[in-house]
Amino acid sequence: MSYTVHGVNGPVVKLRGGSGLMMMETVFVGKTRLIGEVVGISDSDAVVQVYEDTEGLRPGDAAQAAGGPLSVQLGPGLLHNIFDGIARPLKAIEGVTGAFIGRGVNLSALDGEKKWDVTVSVSAGEEISAGSCFASCPETGIIRHRCISPLDGTVVTAAPSGKYTVNDVILTLRDARGNTHELTLSQRWPIRKPRPVASRLPIRKPLITGQRVIDTLFPVAKGGCAAIPGPFGAGKTITQHQLAKWSDADIIVYLGCGERGNEMTQVLEEFGELLDPKSGKPLLDRTVLIANTSNMPVAAREASVYTGMTIAEYYRDMGYHVAVMADSTSRWAEALREISGRLEEMPAEEGFPAYLPSRLAEFYERAGYMVTLGGLEGSVTVIGAVSPQGGDFSEPVTQNTKRFVRAFWALDRQLAYARHFPAINWITSYSEYIEDLAPWYEETLGREFAGLRGRLARLLGEESKLMEIVKLIGADILPEEQKLTIECARAARLGFLQQNAYHETDTYVPIEKQKLMMGVILHLYDEAKRLAEHGIPINRLKETGIFERLIRIKYDIPNDQLILFDDVRLEIDAAVGQVLEANR
Amino acid sequence: MRMEYIGLQEIRGPLVVLDGVTGVGYEEMCELRLPGGERRFGRVIMLDGGRAVIQLFEGTRALSLENVRTSFTGRPMELALSREMLGRVFSGAGRPADGLGEFYPEERRGINAGAINPVSRKYPRSCIYTGISAVDGMSTLIRGQKLPIFSGAGLKHSELAAQIVRQAHVPDDDGEFAIIFCAMGVKNDTADFFRKSFEDSGALQRVVMFMNLASDPIIERILAPRCALTAAEYLAFSCGFHVLVIMTDMSSYCEALREFSSSKGEIPSRKGYPSYLYSDLAALYERAGILHGGAGSVTQVPILTMPNDDITHPIPDLTGYITEGQIVLERGLDQAGVYPPVAVLPSLSRLMKDGIGKGFTREDHPALSNQLFSSYARVQEARNLASVIGEDELSDLDKKYMEFGRLFEDYFVRQGSEENRSIDQTLELGWQALSVLPKEELDRVDEVLLRKYYQEDGAIALRGNV
Repeated sequence: MSYTVHGVNGPVVKLRGGSGLMMMETVFVGKTRLIGEVVGISDSDAVVQVYEDTEGLRPGDAAQAAGGPLSVQLGPGLLHNIFDGIARPLKAIEGVTGAFIGRGVNLSALDGEKKWDVTVSVSAGEEISAGSCFASCPETGIIRHRCISPLDGTVVTAAPSGKYTVNDVILTLRDARGNTHELTLSQRWPIRKPRPVASRLPIRKPLITGQRVIDTLFPVAKGGCAAIPGPFGAGKTITQHQLAKWSDADIIVYLGCGERGNEMTQVLEEFGELLDPKSGKPLLDRTVLIANTSNMPVAAREASVYTGMTIAEYYRDMGYHVAVMADSTSRWAEALREISGRLEEMPAEEGFPAYLPSRLAEFYERAGYMVTLGGLEGSVTVIGAVSPQGGDFSEPVTQNTKRFVRAFWALDRQLAYARHFPAINWITSYSEYIEDLAPWYEETLGREFAGLRGRLARLLGEESKLMEIVKLIGADILPEEQKLTIECARAARLGFLQQNAYHETDTYVPIEKQKLMMGVILHLYDEAKRLAEHGIPINRLKETGIFERLIRIKYDIPNDQLILFDDVRLEIDAAVGQVLEANR
Repeated sequence: MRMEYIGLQEIRGPLVVLDGVTGVGYEEMCELRLPGGERRFGRVIMLDGGRAVIQLFEGTRALSLENVRTSFTGRPMELALSREMLGRVFSGAGRPADGLGEFYPEERRGINAGAINPVSRKYPRSCIYTGISAVDGMSTLIRGQKLPIFSGAGLKHSELAAQIVRQAHVPDDDGEFAIIFCAMGVKNDTADFFRKSFEDSGALQRVVMFMNLASDPIIERILAPRCALTAAEYLAFSCGFHVLVIMTDMSSYCEALREFSSSKGEIPSRKGYPSYLYSDLAALYERAGILHGGAGSVTQVPILTMPNDDITHPIPDLTGYITEGQIVLERGLDQAGVYPPVAVLPSLSRLMKDGIGKGFTREDHPALSNQLFSSYARVQEARNLASVIGEDELSDLDKKYMEFGRLFEDYFVRQGSEENRSIDQTLELGWQALSVLPKEELDRVDEVLLRKYYQEDGAIALRGNV
């Protein structure tokens, strides 16, 4: 069916000619065949949002319908690769249009030439069900790609194991109605439709990130959602990078949505060099990058989050734990606002469309810990950065996001100014997953972990109250006990909460070491209380340098020599003993 | 033979509406002829069937519905490009404005470039020395970066930008350097200040100027940065120059955009700015960078004046989310007579960490700048306390911090507008200022660096210096 362009206003194009178009159907517009999607239909016009620059488009130009919604090609070759918001491979685009992205480049996500070493695991006559694995191949050094059947049926023919491209037919399948289908290594899936699962499991495992303030104080669960809101310069992107590098997910989908070009380049370069601590292979081997930078077309930015989510769900269906880093969801919300404005819809709060909360909910609810159709366990965890206007958390995107995430890591401008990183404010952040994950923590780290965490949180809370007083009258006139609280909280802030992303040892800290670090800080707190009881000024203890020693253990004790913590405890006892002795 | 349309259907601010047009493309250029032979240029910004909405660059004064003849050029807006642009002055719409006539173009390019493919970008790592301690030491400028100056009305942002242009250099580099100066809605005096400063430093022959003064039409103001950046990309990626683009004042640009948007009848978003302000600014700022396999680079230093010194205003706010850091100027420092009045704490260069340290500047640079940031943040706390209880009542340690704050501002941040400090001098000053603090307070530097660089009598040396 063919249509003609009637009107153009930025990325919004009106088409005329028949009413055969479906909502969300893909269309190719104009001579250069710009890719677009139907977002509105009336009796005379269809409204299309175009994913590319519409310069030069004329009324009367032809448009063709693709016959289906916007979908993404899924299969081996997604990992170790970088795509734009509608899953076109950026490396291949560079080959076609050079350093500046051209228009009308319609490329499939996967390389059709590359041959994969495929092991076919079913044979003719076998019954297979939707979601079961029929073939697999090593996709990268770390990840084995499992090809999932999209439907139930009986295998008619199966190719032998061997080398195939993503377009070669591996299996022919007859469904219950007697129709035959050809299955290849790849398949297409519409990006706005969640992939089906068998069931949702309750949350029970944390996503271990190696970041102390997150793992210990505000954990996120595998299959959970977390938001990182913060003003510019507070370190959202660095935190996302740290999580992408060190979290114990099998697959990372890194979604650069409306962010900086140089940042995506950095991820590409850095992740290609950095090695995964578990496998010793480049991090890029487990990463899919989606880059729709701020100057790339706004409609594709809107689509990019769904593209990323669909890819994440696809790997989840293979039984992997996937983490989606969405940087930044505010840019996506702004894309919604921008397109909504062009469509002349009635704006709600701050110009955002009234459907903002429901779109956010749809997105975050695609996360979860699932049993796949094939009977495997897999999860999608979503970590969304939020860039509130003016750093003000009361704006609609932050407020609505808060309703759909259960871990909230609030970044703080004042902490960032003082170069306290990660600048996650320990008073305003929270995680609702602590309760859900309590059994896991107890089993892995023992009963006392929860107690230590509670005491650390209380210590920091008390300090924050005391600092209100100190701001007014200075620290000198506080009683010794409160001075001690402030000193120990300082040690916890500098030695525990602050973590150096650029330091070899400190960039990733195993959870066992986190527990021990927390343990020694609180041990010092307990011991030093004895001094306060004897009325000995806390400065005496400070002079021994034990606080500075604690602040430096994050660098001094290697992650694999945790036995050294016993020495630290002895040092603390010795320091306290020495002060007691001297002031007797 | 080009078709001419006689008359107009509607005139609305800088926009005119024409009905019954055929074969016209979105963003196509057109020419309007007035009685008397005057010619004005415009661009198609909306098409709805046979109705075209056109924005006029030079305004709609003296137009009537009958007296105009419009013809379309069949092409989007293009800019003529050549190396001969160096040393020339152009209007915001890219036409020669220095009376020297047209030049022979090597190439013509649309002013809206496609986005740089992230795959083709090279991550910027080589720093540019500006000779200004507050920049080099604390928020290092990196080649290929976009680092705006957030200023306020009456602060010395122009002086700072001019000093950066005068002193900017890259260690051991023989690449040719070019400057593109884009004035958007600035006063004549400001434009003159820059022209004179380029002249005095003998840089005029490597400067291309795009001038849209405060009294010039706003549509040209919207085109000016696009023309400037198209020229920058040409000089950088086709001719191999290292291009530094100074754009001032981004606030005027955004206001022009707001005016234009409201005349189109668009739904306003925050503070009346259009909802696409972020995407629009990104389309400009993201045109900085370095390409793989190319010799040149585009570095941007946009200047914006924060309305009412408010950093959360949409213009600085959205800019900060796009650019790779910011240099913030502060009124308090300016009033205290500190030049350049750089507010060190909110200033930031995101690309700094990969362009400084061993092999780039000096091994102690990352740790030292970190320490200075953290200690200076502590100074603010001490000052807040002192403003309540008085400085005399402060603890000894807080008094030392107060002293450090004074030394840091007076000797490290403050410098002459002609003073060009080497990176070694800058780092030295930093260590000297830190010497008033006890060693154990320096928790961001490790033992090795401390032994090597800490100066016991630094403060005395510092005061003796001046």
